[in-house]
Amino acid sequence: MSEETKTGLNRREFFSFLAVGWITFGAASAGLASLVFRFLYPNVVFEPAMDFIAGVPDDYPDGVDERWKNGFGVWIYKKDGRLVAMSNICTHLGCIPTWLPAESKFKCPCHGSGYYPNGINFEGPAPRPLERFKIYRNPEGKIIVDKTKVFRYEKGEWNAADAFIEV
Amino acid sequence: MLKEAINYLSAPLYSFTTFIVLFGLAMKRMDIVGTKKFGWGLLITILAIFGWMLTDPSFFTVISTPDNIPIIILNALVFWSTWFALYKGHQNDLRIARGEQPLEGTPENREKVWAWPNLVYTELFCIILCTIFLIVWAIFFKAPLEEPANPTWAPNPAKAPWYFLGLQEMLVYFDPWMAGVVLPVIIIIGLIAIPFIDINPKGNGYYTFAERKYAIAGFCFGWLALWIFLIQIGTFLRGPNWTFYGPFEVWDAHKVVAENNVNLSEFFWIKGLSVALPKNIFLREIVGIILTFGYLVAAPLYVTKKWGQDMLARMGAARYWLLMFLVLGMMSLPIKMYLRWFFTLKYIVAMPEFELNL
Repeated sequence: MSEETKTGLNRREFFSFLAVGWITFGAASAGLASLVFRFLYPNVVFEPAMDFIAGVPDDYPDGVDERWKNGFGVWIYKKDGRLVAMSNICTHLGCIPTWLPAESKFKCPCHGSGYYPNGINFEGPAPRPLERFKIYRNPEGKIIVDKTKVFRYEKGEWNAADAFIEV
Repeated sequence: MLKEAINYLSAPLYSFTTFIVLFGLAMKRMDIVGTKKFGWGLLITILAIFGWMLTDPSFFTVISTPDNIPIIILNALVFWSTWFALYKGHQNDLRIARGEQPLEGTPENREKVWAWPNLVYTELFCIILCTIFLIVWAIFFKAPLEEPANPTWAPNPAKAPWYFLGLQEMLVYFDPWMAGVVLPVIIIIGLIAIPFIDINPKGNGYYTFAERKYAIAGFCFGWLALWIFLIQIGTFLRGPNWTFYGPFEVWDAHKVVAENNVNLSEFFWIKGLSVALPKNIFLREIVGIILTFGYLVAAPLYVTKKWGQDMLARMGAARYWLLMFLVLGMMSLPIKMYLRWFFTLKYIVAMPEFELNL
C-alpha cells in the first residue's frame, strides 16, 4: 500500500486506539461504579443500641409506658404481675402506631390497624399482634431489654422464658 | 342536616356503591353521556356543588392543603379526558350507524403532515407552558416539608404520595404482601399484556364506544372505580389513624369507630361451630383455602364451561386464561372491600405464621 492511497488508520493503529478507548471507558465506568457503591453506605449511622437498661420494675405503673418509645422504639407494658417489652412496629406494613390513652388502644396512622394495650390486634388489616422483645434482669436487678430477640404471639412464644419478667 | 347526610353517605360502602351504579348507568346510556349537553351540565353541576362545599371550613382545610392540589388537578383532567373520549366515541358511533366513516377516517383528516414543525412546535409550547406552570406553582405553594425522619415516630395520618393513595387505601383491606406486591405486579403485568390480549382491530385509529363496549367499560372500571376513586377516599376522607371522615367532618384524632375485624377461620370455628381454633394451621384455614381455590380455579372453569366457549375459541387458550386471571385479580379488590364492610371480615385465609394472608 503506497503512502498516497492511505486514507485512514491501518489495522494495528486501529486496534491501539480501540484498546486505549476501551481502557479509558472501563476505568471511567469502574470509577463511577465505585462511587455508586460508596454511596450505598451511609456516612454516619444514627441507630439506637439494640439493648438498653430500662430501670427497675417499680418504675412502671400498670398499663402501657411510653418512656422508651422515642429513644428505642419499645413500649413497656405491665399487667397481672408481668412486665413485657413491646415493639412499636405495626405488623401490617411497619408504621409506628400511636398510643391513645383515652381509647386505651394502639392505632396505626397508616392503614388504621388497632391493637389492645397488650399488643393483640383487633382492628384494621394488621394480621398478627405486636412483637415482643427479650426482657430480663441483670445481676443488679435492673431490667434489660434486648431487641435482637423477638417473640411472636402466633408462634406461641409469648410464654417463653425471656419474653416477660415477673414483678 | 344536609351536610350530615353527605358525611354519612360518603362512607366507603355507600359512596363506592353509588359510584359503581352511576358508572354502570353511564356505560349503559352512552346516548346521554356522549353529548355536549351532558358534559356541560355535569361540569356545571360539579362546579356548583364543589363551590358550595368550599364554603365549609373543614372541607376547605382539607382541600387547600398543598399536597391535595395535584389531586384536584388530576380530577379535572380525568373528568375531562374520560368524558371527551366518550363524547368522540359516541359521535363516531352515530356516524357509523348512519353508514358514514368515523371522523378520523374522512379524507381531510387522513391528510399527512410533517412532524417538524407541526408536532415539534406544539411540543415546544407545551414544554414552555408546563415549565411556567410548575414555576408559578413552586412560588405560590410551599413544599410540605416536615422535620427530619425519626424511625420511632410517624405523622398521623401518615399518607403516601398522592398517586399511591389508592394503593394505601387498598392496603386497608389486604395483607401488605397482597396489596403491596402481588396486586401491583398483576396491575403492571396486566397493563403490559393488554395489547397482546386485545387483538380486536375495532377502534384502531379512531374513537368508538359501541364497538368496544366491554373493553372500555372493563378498563374504566379498574381505572376510575378501583384507582381514581380510592385516591379520592384516601386523600380527602381519611384523617388521623386512617379513620374515615366525611367531607364536612372535623379531623378529630379521638373519633372512635368500632372497626373490629374477624378472620374467616374465627367466624367458622368459633362463631359457627362454637369450638376452639384447631391447632393445625391448614385445618384451621380450610374454609378459606377451599373458597380461594373455588374463586381462582373452580369458578373460572365453571363460567368458561357455561358461557365462555365462544370467547375461548375466538381468543385462544393463552389469551383467554390470562384475561380471566387478570379479571379475577381485579375483582378480588371490590369483593374483599364488600366482605369487610358487610361482615367485618379481615382475612379469608389468615396464616400469619407464613406471612400469608388473603
